[in-house]
Amino acid sequence: MSIDTKAKYAESHEFARLESGLVVVGISDHAQAELGDIVFIELPAVGKTIAKGQTFGTVESVKAASDLYMPVSGTIAAVNEALQADPALINKEPYAAGWMLKIQPSNIAELDALMSAQDYAKAIGEA
Amino acid sequence: MAPFAGYDMPISYATGAIEEHAITRRSVGLFDIDHMGQFEVSGPGADAFVSGLVSAKILDMVPPMARYSLLLDEKGLVLDDLFIYRMPDSWWIVVNASNRETDLAWFTSHADRSVKIVDRSDDTYMIAVQGPKAIELLDAVGTPAVSALERFTWGNIDIAGVPVLFGRTGYTGEDGGELFFPAAKAEFLWNFLIEKGEALGIETKPIGLAARDSLRFEAGMPLHGHEISPAINPLEAGFKWACDFDKEFVGKAALSEIAEKGLARRLVGLDVTGGVPREGYEVADASGKIVGHCVAGMFCPTVKKYAANAFVEPGFNKVGTALKVIIRGQPKDAVVVKRPLYIPAYRR
Repeated sequence: MSIDTKAKYAESHEFARLESGLVVVGISDHAQAELGDIVFIELPAVGKTIAKGQTFGTVESVKAASDLYMPVSGTIAAVNEALQADPALINKEPYAAGWMLKIQPSNIAELDALMSAQDYAKAIGEA
Repeated sequence: MAPFAGYDMPISYATGAIEEHAITRRSVGLFDIDHMGQFEVSGPGADAFVSGLVSAKILDMVPPMARYSLLLDEKGLVLDDLFIYRMPDSWWIVVNASNRETDLAWFTSHADRSVKIVDRSDDTYMIAVQGPKAIELLDAVGTPAVSALERFTWGNIDIAGVPVLFGRTGYTGEDGGELFFPAAKAEFLWNFLIEKGEALGIETKPIGLAARDSLRFEAGMPLHGHEISPAINPLEAGFKWACDFDKEFVGKAALSEIAEKGLARRLVGLDVTGGVPREGYEVADASGKIVGHCVAGMFCPTVKKYAANAFVEPGFNKVGTALKVIIRGQPKDAVVVKRPLYIPAYRR
């Protein structure tokens, strides 16, 4: 399982990576592997403000539907439209082409409270 | 791995469910379906006994025919669905894993001394070989050639010294067959077919439960516990064709009564937009009134649709009817579509 060392991680397996002032969010490689083939994703509207820990969408795999949770609070600055046509991008490249959201964070300190890549690796038994 | 009727079975192999589905549609999929049960029914009273117990016409069958049937209770509800093989001196009946015990009890309780019922499930292994290149693979590894057999017939073949009962049947909508053979040879034959496929340049991969479900769903085949069950009668599920009203069988009287009263609901296919429909989700009409529920639903990889099978009240079953499926509290657009979504290869 690959882990993006530049990202921080929520216990619910979302990653959050700071990129030019915005927080890029998706799910970890471990999470996509656990879910199996992803066939559908529902993402929020751009401009919506959602608090940390609240659901921002749903991802559906062959097996089941899973909620997605905001790793930090903020306003949705962008969603990855390419996932509507090809949700399998989340399986193929969870940290790159499979990104889900870009958040304008309302409290950047929340990012520090997330797990480091190292701690996340330990949490999923990869280290 | 997932528990299925007491067996541990892979939901998908390393290949992934979507790709496994695609492989079966383009080449060859191997299905470990040892969980299926097999009964052998023989004796002087066997023909009349089986005919009286199952819904389909079977007395016209001669070897090597095989045929689909339902097993009904006195209320006309579906205890199981079966594949029935006419053997020279017996009936070979394939039942679902989850119903093996109840089916056996049902068969036994209806039998008299002129009938012998043997549960052969434990010493029989079952592998399905399905896909457009399945027959080519089997012809290359076994004798005699199975390509000489018609759809819904069986033959005795030899694959690498293993005696195999081959049925040109399946549960995917593709050509191919199902192999019955001594359980001790399971691992050998499984690996042999994969290795031979590779050597012959015929892509041959193991297929898990998830793809087995999406393949059968697209092809319009029922899964017991979903489209048919002991709470569902064959008329509302669209299986009148599997019931022979010109003979006597358990459940016939009840079905006639149901037909006379009129059906309270019907099975339909739904094409859903904006979410993945799943078993148990409610179906509403345009005004929001609940008019049914989904019994199965998924993403269909070949036809690329989010689709459900649902029971709906009369008046909502016509192709083209606009309905809603309630997905996590949100009504999503759905339209009644013709089943099956994928026309089986052997019917084209």
